Amino acid sequence: MSETWTIKYVIYREKKGQEPKFEEFSLEMRPEEYVLDGVEKIWAYHDRSLTFQHACHHSTCGACGMLVNGVEKLTCITKIKDVTENGGVVRIEPMRNFPVVSDLVVDMSTFFSRMETAKARQVVSLSESPTDSGIKREPNAADDLYRLSDCIECGLCISACPITATNPEYLGPAILAAVQLNGLDRFPELLSWVDNADGVWRCHSAFECTEVCPSNVEPAWRIMDLRKQVVSRRVKNLFGMK
Amino acid sequence: MQSETRKVTLSAILRWFDPRKTEAGNWAFILNRVSAIGLTIYLYLHLIILGKLAQGPEAYDSFIDIVRDPIFVFGEFLVVAGGFIHGLNGIRVILNSFGIGVPYQKQLFFGLMAVAVIASVIIGIRMFTV
Repeated sequence: MSETWTIKYVIYREKKGQEPKFEEFSLEMRPEEYVLDGVEKIWAYHDRSLTFQHACHHSTCGACGMLVNGVEKLTCITKIKDVTENGGVVRIEPMRNFPVVSDLVVDMSTFFSRMETAKARQVVSLSESPTDSGIKREPNAADDLYRLSDCIECGLCISACPITATNPEYLGPAILAAVQLNGLDRFPELLSWVDNADGVWRCHSAFECTEVCPSNVEPAWRIMDLRKQVVSRRVKNLFGMK
Repeated sequence: MQSETRKVTLSAILRWFDPRKTEAGNWAFILNRVSAIGLTIYLYLHLIILGKLAQGPEAYDSFIDIVRDPIFVFGEFLVVAGGFIHGLNGIRVILNSFGIGVPYQKQLFFGLMAVAVIASVIIGIRMFTV
């Protein structure tokens, strides 16, 4: 029989017009279970008024991003044993830097709207993707092959960014990473959108976005690379080059 | 659905200075802010002190006698250390900002901070012994 741990879930609760508070729930969990499993158990067996988002349970939809013991996590792939111990606490809060709608649900509409402006793609060609699989591709061989984009638009990078915390106008890591992936040569109309005080130059190199990204997007690296694209584009524009 | 506007709160500002649960990049971010605030305060104090010159040599000399106290020397040491931390960290930020050494930003941070500590200790020993 598999081992069972007793875990205290401390859950952030906030309903419209009410003061935010934390509620505690004691759960019997297997260490190999995921943090989201515990949240679902609370909803199923303890409190049906608990609101939270989830869908796929395998880190593809990006819906279940939350703050787990103070760190941004995709709760469907975060194991209990990785964040606490037997008799320990799992503290769950909604993502930061987004307005709270209810309990653990945040309003991500501004974020999604910006991703749309950035022309973020759900599918990219293999030639534009990182080669971390170690597979060497022949030149042009990948032209007709496509894969899902790494960014699952979970918003964890926005939540972790200390700059976004104090400047809601800052476009944020995921958005700038999407522009970098598209490339300013391909979408020159995005240049003025990212080349300003609330765009690519607002990043102050805290690298928290890259630390919490569950999908190897490396937003911080992409922001730095986008700066190079911006400078290159400006120089080309200066000399009337395309 | 109409998007709700998020308000910037004091706790969001304090997050700038909270190193808990964060990694090296954020420690660098925090150190840069703390040292920048310290150096800015020092700059204003420095200008006020220079203003003593306008009050004549006696006023200036009597003030200089006060700042020879070890507490003030320690304050000056913090200015020196802050200058090293901010300056060297700034080099890392400039390099990273243009895509140089981004995968090694942690190593760059720890390496440059080691230089800052060594340089501060050497200057500190001279300040307190010479």
